[in-house]
Order: sequence, then C-alpha cells, then structure tokens
Amino acid sequence: MWADLQLMVTDPLMQRALLAALLVGAAAPVVGTYLVQRRLSLLGDGIGHIALTGVALGWLVGAALGLNPVDVLTVPGAVVLAVIGSVLIEVVRRRGRTSGDLALALMFYGGVAGGVLIIGIAGGTSGNLMAYLFGSISTVSTSDLWLTVVLSLIVLGVGLGLRTALFAVSNDEEFAVASGLPVWLLNMAVAVVSALTVTVAMRVVGLLLVSALMIVPVAVAQQLTHSFRRTMGLAVVVGVLVCVVGLSITYWQNVSPGATIVVLAICVYLLAAAARPLLHHRQAFATHDPHPDLPDDVAVAEPVTVGAGATDESCES
Amino acid sequence: MSAERSVSAEPEERDVVIEAKDVHVRLGSSHVLRGVDLQVRRGEVVALLGANGSGKSTLVRTLVGVLPPAAGTIRMPDAAHVGYVPQRVSAVGGLPATATEVVASGLLRPGRLRLPRGWRQRVADALGQVGLADRGHDATNHLSGGQQQRVLIARALVRDPDVLVLDEPVAGVDQPSQEQFAATMRHLVERGLTVLVVLHELGELTPLVTRCVVLRHGKVIHDGAPPRPRGEHAEHDHEHLHPHAAEDMVPVGSGESGFAGIEDATAAFTDHPQTTEG
Repeated sequence: MWADLQLMVTDPLMQRALLAALLVGAAAPVVGTYLVQRRLSLLGDGIGHIALTGVALGWLVGAALGLNPVDVLTVPGAVVLAVIGSVLIEVVRRRGRTSGDLALALMFYGGVAGGVLIIGIAGGTSGNLMAYLFGSISTVSTSDLWLTVVLSLIVLGVGLGLRTALFAVSNDEEFAVASGLPVWLLNMAVAVVSALTVTVAMRVVGLLLVSALMIVPVAVAQQLTHSFRRTMGLAVVVGVLVCVVGLSITYWQNVSPGATIVVLAICVYLLAAAARPLLHHRQAFATHDPHPDLPDDVAVAEPVTVGAGATDESCES
Repeated sequence: MSAERSVSAEPEERDVVIEAKDVHVRLGSSHVLRGVDLQVRRGEVVALLGANGSGKSTLVRTLVGVLPPAAGTIRMPDAAHVGYVPQRVSAVGGLPATATEVVASGLLRPGRLRLPRGWRQRVADALGQVGLADRGHDATNHLSGGQQQRVLIARALVRDPDVLVLDEPVAGVDQPSQEQFAATMRHLVERGLTVLVVLHELGELTPLVTRCVVLRHGKVIHDGAPPRPRGEHAEHDHEHLHPHAAEDMVPVGSGESGFAGIEDATAAFTDHPQTTEG
C-alpha cells in the first residue's frame, strides 16, 4: 500500500494531475461560495455549455492553421468563450428579470449546439468533445498544467483577496451601491472568475460536472457551519479532499476521474446531512433560549417554592 | 455673506447634507416621483411620510444612489459619511452569514475593499449600540425580524456616519426592538447625527422628529412641522398603521408652511384614513 502510494506520487503524469486536482479543488468552491450566496448555483453549468463552443472554435482554428496537435488551442478557446459568455450573462442578469431567464437558456443550448456543429466543420467528431465534457485529467500536458496553475492562482487571488467586498456585493447589492462600492466591477470579477474556474476545472471533471465541483462542497459546508467565512474554508477543504482522493482512486481503478470526484463529493454531502442533526442536538443544549432579550409573551405564575427536602411529587398533593 | 446670514431662515450652503431638486424617477412604465424637492440640513431629523405607493422608498433609494433619477439633480456633499439602512428583505443571500460578517461589510467604501485594522472592535461597538453585543457570532437568519433590522442599522452605524438614511426601520418589527430602536436613535441624535427616515407612522420617534415631509403620488404635499395627531389619534396607545393622505388636501409650500397649513395637513393626514384612488 505504502509502496503503491510512493509509486503514484513519483509518477510524473500523476504528479501533474494531482497538482491540477489540488488547485481546482481549492479554487472551484471559493467561487462556488459566491455563486450560492447570489443564488446562481447553476451559473457554472451555463458557462460550461458556452465553453463547449470555445473548445470547438479552438479546434477549428488549430485545424485551419495546421497546428500539431490540432487541439492545442481548445483550452484557450474555452477560456475566451467562457469569459465572453459569463460577462454576457452578467449583463443580461442586470437588465431584466423574465427576459434574462430566456436569454440564459438560449445561450446555454446555443453553446452546446454550436460546439457540436463547429467541431464537425473543423473535421473532428463529437467524440472528440467527450474528453472536454467528462474530463481528461490523465492527458494533462505541461503547458496545460501551467495554464491551470496561473488561472487557479488568479481565481484564488481574486476570490480570497476581495472576500469582504465580494461578500458585500453578493449579500446586499443595494447596500453595496449605496456604500459607493464599484459594484459593476465586482460583479464582473465574479463573472470572469467563474468563467476561469469552469475552464480550469474542465480538464479535471469535465464541463458537464464543473458546476458540481463548485457547488457540492459549499452545500456540504453549509450543513455544518453558519458563518460565511467558515463555509468557504470548509468548502475548500472538502473540494481539495474529494479531488485528490477521487483522482488517487483512479490510479488503481479504471474509472472516470471526474465522475469519481463528484460521486465522492455527493457521498460527503450525504454524510454531512446525516451528521447535522447530531450537531444541532449538541447546539440545542449549548444555547437554551434563542431570544433571551425578548420579554415573555404570557405571564406564568411563579413556581411555588417548596420547602427543603420536598420532592417533585409534593406538587400532586 | 455677513454673519447675520447664517442665523436667518435661509440655511447656509455647507449645512445642507442632502439636496434633491425636481427629481423624477420612472420604474418601468410608472412615473413614481414627479418632481420632488427635498433638503435635509445638518442636525435635522426628517421623517418621510406617505401612503403605500406614494414614493417614499423610491425617493430614499434614489437619494443614496440605488436608483437613477430620470430628471433632476441630487446633491450629497459628504456621501462617504452617509449610512443607509434598507428595508429588511426576507430573502437574503443563499448562504448564512454571522451578524459580525454582515456588519463588517459596512466598513467598506470606495477605495477600501478590504477590512481596515481594528475592524473587529468597530463591529463589536456597532452591534453594542443596537443592543446586540452578544449576537455577533449568530447567523442572521437565526435572529428575529427586529434583531435582523438592528443588524442592518449596526451595518450603517459602523461606517461612523454623519447622516443616517433609514427606509421603514420599524415596519413589522416587534415592540422591544422598536423601543430599542428609538433609544438608539435618541442617543445618536443627541450626538449630532442627521437623520432622514421613511416611516409609516411617527410612533416612538415622535419626540425626535424635527420636520415631516409627506409624499403623495410622487409629490411633496407637506414639508414642515410634524402633523400633530388629533382626536382619538392623540391617545397614547393609538396604533395608526396605515395613514392615507386625503384627496382634498391643500398642497403646502415647501419649507415655510403656515400654522393653518399644518393643521390642514394634520387633519387630512390623521383624521380621514380613506383609500385614495391610486
């Protein structure tokens, strides 16, 4: 067992994959925390759909330029399209209510259809898209890894560095506007960082499961804590844990890394949901009266003071 | 200008902390504010009254910059020192946050997107001012409605404001929180805070209010001394929940309403709670 682990961590392919999983596992829940706070849990999903067109466009450009390998521009293409898409979604979100919902749907399905159509024109098959839809961490190249490292650090830098400001905007946008905060800029920061997270996580879990990696760790953390800061911290721990453990499992078992990671995350969620009542039971004893500063609404007669030595049964007499 | 100028009725320019001139606001297809003039001077406690849909909330939301005016000008010389307390919304963010975290977000301002040194003490002080000193670690969604409202007030107070703008701070709030709120406001006004507060009724704040502005259908119809309640409305425990301005009321010139005008406004404002056609 120990020798196996040693073998795994010294395998250069596995080292690259583990580093990517570690970074993605940390970055995705940070962004996910803001998305859940803004009730935009499915945003990552939408961006993922749009990124698929970017992947195909990258492939098309690569084929047109005769690049070798032909898919060298797929990740940059996904980054560009995901950023454009997320900015568009943010603009639509600000504009209106009902029309925005429809515009989002148009973008999501347009993204998938466009991807499949363009990959065909580029001379590929929709089979080529599978690696992007479901992840292909075992094929992470050194240049991919560098892009992953840089983008993850940007995501973590923005997500953690601007934590209070992003919390303020996500929690109460009107108050943030009244406080004179650059709300438009901060919203755009969340949108762009979400897009970067989606493309970074694309290689690890695939576009279809990206959202799970952003949201499920937050759902786990939310069960166990009620502070925003601790929710984010715990979500990062869960994200890193499921990514690294899930990927390690695939070193021995021939299963999809992305699916393993997400199933693992959902298992942790179920465990947390089961543990929650126990936790609350403990808290119920810790704090007896939730509103000690509220006066009692009904007057109850003072309990009769019973003499020393009298037992509870004396009330019945 | 001469020294006598400053003691005359005409306020000096630097005393004006909020000024709205001929402000129009459109929300969708409805023309909510139709030429509102409002001036708040340092040290005043101005109550903004009016029936539902008269444009009170729209006016304060426009003043603090949440809504863009379709026409007119808004001037707040010292915008950085304005604390805004929005109406409590039941649907807050999708994740729980502690009272401390919510109040701390009030410390941010343009050019300061990270918490300053000593923020914990300042947040604790602000929570203490609203009587929630021991609630800093509680999730806001575990607090009562009145306590949540007080957290929002603390979030404005932590900014160390000179001017406080509150939108219906006591709507749907339990009695202890209302009393706590009035006590907090009394303390702050004594220290020189200027207040603009949207209210449905003066209630506990009556002794503090120095001027009332009444809106109807997006226009100012009274600007002057607080209308005094009459008849059964004057009784101490009278609950006047939904004042409606009467239709036959004479618009009173802003700023210098005569005694008769006030009595008219008072009568219309408190004695005939009739539903207007709007």
